[in-house]
Amino acid sequence: MTQDLVVTLVYIGYALAVLLTFGAVLTWVERKQAAIMSDRIGANRAYLRIPFTQVKLIWLGLFHGMADGLKLLLKEDFKPVAYDQLAYTLGPWVTFVPVMLVFAVIPFGGTLVVGGVSYPMQIAPLDAGLLIVFAFSGISIIGAMLAGWSSANKFSLLGALRAGSQLISYELVMGLTVLGLILIFGTVDLVSIVNQQSGTVLGFLPAWGIFYQPLAAALFLTAGIAENKRIPFDLPEAESELISGYFTEYSAMKQGMFMLGEFIEIAIIAALFVTLFLGGYNLPWMTDAGFVFPGGHVVEMGSVAVVATQMITFLAKVFLLCSFQILVRWTLPRFRWDQLLRFAWKFLLPLSIINLVVTVVAVWALT
Amino acid sequence: MSSRKPYVRKQYWNEPTMGWWERLYLFEVGRGLAITGGVFLRNMWKWVTGRKGALTAYYPEETRADYAAGNRGKHILTQRPDGKPQCVACNMCATVCPAQVIEIDAAFDPDDPAHPKYPSRFEIDYSRCVFCGLCVEACPEDAIRMVKETPGLPGFDRNRMWLGQEELLNWNPQRDVAKPYPVAGGGRTEGAP
Repeated sequence: MTQDLVVTLVYIGYALAVLLTFGAVLTWVERKQAAIMSDRIGANRAYLRIPFTQVKLIWLGLFHGMADGLKLLLKEDFKPVAYDQLAYTLGPWVTFVPVMLVFAVIPFGGTLVVGGVSYPMQIAPLDAGLLIVFAFSGISIIGAMLAGWSSANKFSLLGALRAGSQLISYELVMGLTVLGLILIFGTVDLVSIVNQQSGTVLGFLPAWGIFYQPLAAALFLTAGIAENKRIPFDLPEAESELISGYFTEYSAMKQGMFMLGEFIEIAIIAALFVTLFLGGYNLPWMTDAGFVFPGGHVVEMGSVAVVATQMITFLAKVFLLCSFQILVRWTLPRFRWDQLLRFAWKFLLPLSIINLVVTVVAVWALT
Repeated sequence: MSSRKPYVRKQYWNEPTMGWWERLYLFEVGRGLAITGGVFLRNMWKWVTGRKGALTAYYPEETRADYAAGNRGKHILTQRPDGKPQCVACNMCATVCPAQVIEIDAAFDPDDPAHPKYPSRFEIDYSRCVFCGLCVEACPEDAIRMVKETPGLPGFDRNRMWLGQEELLNWNPQRDVAKPYPVAGGGRTEGAP
């Protein structure tokens, strides 16, 4: 009993550390990657000086995130005159917290065996995992709408309206794309989904979701980026039209929480995509006992080494996916508002329905 | 009954030329990602292998060598071969200066009958200088020029941006061959290649 509690607390601590680190590091990654993509150097002026010396640690500009955080914490927390106090204060939390909670059902490693009891590396071992994901990511819409409505600002209100309709449209697409995957794996339990992706198909391909459902993978990632409200889907905060959209009236750390929440959501979407389509913590041809290569070559590994490899694999995959999302954000121009909704309802939704129908027919024919 | 054709206004814009492939958007997205991703990988490879993957110069630590030859940078005061300034303190540069940043105090040197008037103080306030080059144009003695670089100019304290003769009087006759100083006796000019 005590052991269960300790293991769960360690998992929670690990998840919080990973998410907040991702949130902080991704600001740096975004700056640097955008700079490198456009032949620039990127932020590299903030430094830590070792006290009593002239040694300045720059470390490729890693400390810019710290400088930003310090600035956000020390800034004046400006509040607009006419606003709904309760909703205004709740807004950032309601967007920030559900994003973090989604990670509770994502398996970030294989099975840990402590004292003869095996613990799957997942904070909340719920068999309704995927449903929880959708429930929580649906809640964060409310935060954006609360923030936009309570600031008593027309721009914020417009941003909130856009956020609401955009998130509802793309949530639908996301749900429909994942349905095909649920049909194939026959479960919504994320641990079971990941376990089923550890084998191979056709003898050599890893049995990852992306090989079963390539179109669904593309649609899921698109809908995920749209849910995160980043370019090319950043209409709710389109700075050329709406100043800063639904969080125009927020300053200091309240605004910082919207930003941090956005960066953590990048990591969450990457983690979800990895879990559903890229085999989670599985390396190709890897099982809990080691590697089994297609030619029949077997490499045995100890259980600690396997668990460490799986955790590192998961983090590396998530990081690569985050980097890909940043690549998308710095490549594509923003949609117009009507284009955005048309893209969701007339292009992505039919495609996801076609994908679902084809999957249903295929699953029915094969079983 | 006129045979004039109705006036058709000339179209000055291009018709949209996107084909159905481009309008499908999905594959063009992939193409765009391939371009930016390719640039990223190319630059990243340069950084990883210890080269510089950007066009930017780290400015104060690093200055570019390819300033344009005619770039108007920091002033220099040219010197006579004995090291005295070529300036005769006529105040024409200070008069023409639109930002009024040049201050000259004239002095008398009885030991040099050819050039008895010289500047005892020649200061330029670089916090206000607009680098227009009018002082160079105005100078009758070719005593003030501008180099193309701005070495040591940037600073954090505007009170330290007053530069005097000691900083400006650094013309090197060996290096500067734009107008070599004539050697007495009509021999080979000093500094010529």
